[in-house]
Amino acid sequence: MEKGTYEAKIGLAEMLKGGVIMDVMNVEQAKIAEEAGAVAVMALERIPSLIRKEGGVARMSDPAMIEEIQKAVSIPVMAKCRIGHIAEAQILGEIGVDFIDESEVLTPADEVNHIYKHDFKVPFVCGCRNLGEALRRIGEGAAMIRTKGEPGTGNVVEAVRHMRQLQLDIKKICSMDIHELMTAAKELGAPFELVMKTRELGKLPVPNFAAGGVATPADAALLMQLGAETVFVGSGIFMSEDPARMARAIVKAATHYNDPKVVLEASRGLGKAMVGLEIKDIPADQQMQQRGW
Amino acid sequence: MSTTGILALQGGFFKHQEMVEKLGEKTLLIKKPEQLEFCDRLIIPGGESTTLTKLFDIYDFREPLINFGKTRPVMGTCAGLILLSSKVEDSRVKQLNLIDIEAERNAYGSQVESFSADIYADFLKKEYKCIFIRAPKIKECSENVKILMSYEGNPIAVEQGRILALTFHPELTQDPSIHEYFLKL
Repeated sequence: MEKGTYEAKIGLAEMLKGGVIMDVMNVEQAKIAEEAGAVAVMALERIPSLIRKEGGVARMSDPAMIEEIQKAVSIPVMAKCRIGHIAEAQILGEIGVDFIDESEVLTPADEVNHIYKHDFKVPFVCGCRNLGEALRRIGEGAAMIRTKGEPGTGNVVEAVRHMRQLQLDIKKICSMDIHELMTAAKELGAPFELVMKTRELGKLPVPNFAAGGVATPADAALLMQLGAETVFVGSGIFMSEDPARMARAIVKAATHYNDPKVVLEASRGLGKAMVGLEIKDIPADQQMQQRGW
Repeated sequence: MSTTGILALQGGFFKHQEMVEKLGEKTLLIKKPEQLEFCDRLIIPGGESTTLTKLFDIYDFREPLINFGKTRPVMGTCAGLILLSSKVEDSRVKQLNLIDIEAERNAYGSQVESFSADIYADFLKKEYKCIFIRAPKIKECSENVKILMSYEGNPIAVEQGRILALTFHPELTQDPSIHEYFLKL
């Protein structure tokens, strides 16, 4: 018997497919998310739009707050550590969260290195903007990849850009002559074996989710149609006018993303979605997606 | 050719689909109750039993699933087992009562307690690699239930009539023998 095997880590990610993972800041929100049909919650003290607004260094949440949420819900609880912050990840491992998100939403602790994730029993999810970044994180041990998008904006454009880029990169790898793949690996900055594996599978070797800017059921349906297997919704639910209703509607759209009638039904009369941000109004050095490499 | 339905509201449905298709069988991903009539058997995959309970209510799946299970084979894995059971001590789950077992959710603990183990399966006459993810335990079995596999004294694979329930995830392995067994039920 062996605990925390890589297959058990990826296995949990498989179980979260076809659903919605919601950012929550307290027990009450966690219960709303669970009640609405979320497959998991991400416990954090400040959702991305508040981090953006309030500024300052964003760190791992208070363990007591994460533990309260674990007690309150039966679905998996995820939590974020800063990029490269090995000690925060170890604390989250001790708490026994179900997934650690080594996340660009928090202020990076290391501007050069990400965590070596194979050393942990807890599975990790990491962000990416393209195939090279995805395969570097998988090489370090990530059991799930999510495209980054631009968190806390309520603007889906970056999430779409990253998902399209990732899918395009995969298509390229699959159509290349086998003799070209080492050079492709070099140019992607990705481990060769994982490039070969991606080509063999025609998709990433771990589940591929999307995040960063989802604010409506239609946004969720769009990302699923572009290849996301589940969506993370950060600020989009609890910054909207009627969070419980928005949460239920986004869950519906994620399951029935290919059925416009159901997505239409889910989209009616939801009240105001979160106020969005234009990406060009955010200076490059304040874009969260630029964190990590 | 027969069709295997795989409930695809949320959870590990793709891996089950891959496995069944590898065996040369037709599959249908089920997202609406009316699709059930096109299936000869059904798989309820792992996922989150709380979430699936909510989704059963939202899409009116409960009665159609119960009726399906009374006449045709159903396999439930992990959360699927919890939903097929006749008793769960958690008000967030409403079980379908298709197999006489009591299930305990997350009986091993959170994800850090998830594990893999090679376990002898008498009904397959070989060892099978079992992957347990936030897995349930079967606390009680009625005498009508046949225990196919056990681990450390707990049943992990059980069968009653044409209902097959597993606490682990055969779809995450490379070995299709459990799916093959189910297709013959």
